[in-house]
Parts: sequence; C-alpha cells; structure tokens
Amino acid sequence: MKDLSMHILDIAENSVKAGSDRVEVELVYTDRMLEMTICDNGCGMDEHILERVTDPYATSRTSRKVGLGLPFLKMNAEQTGGTVEIWSAPGEGTSVKAVFDTGHIDCVPEGDLSSTLALLMTGHPAINFVIRLKREKDVFEISSDEINEVLDGVPISHPKVGIFVRNMIIEEIKHIKSNEL
Amino acid sequence: MSKVKNLQDLKKMRDELKGKISLREKSDHPESMVQIKVSMATCGIASGARDTMNYMIDELDSQAIDAVVTQTGCMGYCYAEPTIEVTLPGEKPVVFGHVNTKKASEIIEKYIKNGELVDGIIPDSYETIDGK
Repeated sequence: MKDLSMHILDIAENSVKAGSDRVEVELVYTDRMLEMTICDNGCGMDEHILERVTDPYATSRTSRKVGLGLPFLKMNAEQTGGTVEIWSAPGEGTSVKAVFDTGHIDCVPEGDLSSTLALLMTGHPAINFVIRLKREKDVFEISSDEINEVLDGVPISHPKVGIFVRNMIIEEIKHIKSNEL
Repeated sequence: MSKVKNLQDLKKMRDELKGKISLREKSDHPESMVQIKVSMATCGIASGARDTMNYMIDELDSQAIDAVVTQTGCMGYCYAEPTIEVTLPGEKPVVFGHVNTKKASEIIEKYIKNGELVDGIIPDSYETIDGK
C-alpha cells in the first residue's frame, strides 16, 4: 500500500466482509504518532484464526489463497517502529489498532484521507460508519446515521452527496491539523 | 468549521436533490438509477480503485447523472483490477476490468449514457462477492 489512507480503506473492507453494521474509524494525532483504530461489530475471529491473521498465506476468502491486507499494514507500521494490535472475539467483533511514527523516514505518506473516509461512508449505504478525528482536545465525529438522518431518503451513495461529504471532511482535517499543539 | 453548519448545508442540498429525483419518480426506487459497484479489496485498492471511484463520482456529478456508487469486495478478478460492475436500469449487471480513469470516462460516455458496449467487459456469469 502506497499510503496510510489506503490501509484504512483496506482494513475497513474486512469489517464490511465480517458482516458488521457499525464500523468505527478513529484517528488520533499526537506529536509524532498517528494511531488509527478500526473497530467493528462483525462476526469476529477465534483465537486460532487470530494467531494466523498476519500471515500472508492465511485468508478467509475463497477466490484466492493469499490475504495481504493485515500483513501489509503490520509491515508498514513496524518499519516506522510502530505496532499493530488486533483484538477479536467470535460474535462480538474485531478491533485493529495501528500506530505509526509519522516522523520516521520510512513512514509512508498519509495520502488522500478525506476521500477515503468519504468513500467508506457513501460506498456502504447499509453500514453505519463512525469517523472520529482527534488531536489534543479537538474532536470531530461524524457518522453515516447522522448524514442519513439529514438526507431523509435521498441515497447517501448519490455522487452529489459523495462530493459534499468529501469536502466536509477535507475542511475538518484542515481544521484539526491547523491547531498547534 | 462547525458540523452543525455543514449538516444544514447538506439539508439544503437534500431538498434540491429530492425535488430533482422525485420529479423522475426515482426516490423510492434506487434500482431505477444507474448502479455502480467498485471492487475495493486489497487488490483493487493497490491498483487504483479509489481513484477510479473518486473520478466516477466527480464525473457523474458534473454531468448531473443520477446514480448510486458503492463499494464491493474482491470479485475474484484480481488480474483485471480495478474492476467495476455497472447496472443500468432494467439491464443485467456488466463487469468491466482494468478501469482506470480513462476507461471510466469511456464507460460513462458510451455505456452509461448511450447503452453502447465498450471493450473490457469481463464475460461469463460471474458471482459477486455478496453471492458467495
């Protein structure tokens, strides 16, 4: 994966496939670190699968024999001195937390975070995505449910809504990053 | 920028959209709009599916084509990523492979707007990820 935002898109897709109807994506910016947590209420994994989940030759899919999402994430996080922690319980859900040292020379760029987050919401109309951005005391949170409530029946996947959501998140990210620590 | 103001703006946009969409009696029938699914698994993302999806959203918006653009998992055509599935109202879904932004533009101009088929269709009766 070329950038951090693509990892978010990729890992969140696992949550979608796990049959979640609520997926939380939280990004916490601190001085040098970026913590991203993706937490779902999907089918979860048992200990046996959990042990093998960062093995590239372990996958739940049937269309091919490799599963590279989590192994790539682990590689990119660890090469900055960061970590990946995965918690999961069958029937309860899964939570993946990756920590990146964004000041490290081997850290991949952040990439197009706003369109990633917008596409997650508008690309999965049946799932309530909760997006949370945090930096010190600044918190921005938006959920698909809030947007759908306002939309009152207009599909969230309509291109006009997609562009609106993207622009809203662009502004919020700018705002959160502009505040000096 | 406050979220409240943003949501108010969204409300305004909803009212405009509602007027436009319901004029064509579409609001309760999303299946009567063009439906586009972009395959967004590791393979698709690495091949640029996100750019394709962004491009389609921008292009459909600027041409004022009512559509729903959603994501789906790996359709099993990793060699042909980015892949998209397009369903025109009343038609069977068609899957296109190697959809970069150039191909996406061709698909919008020819297939979505005029129903003409374009190169790059992945044939056979595939199963979408939802069906597996």
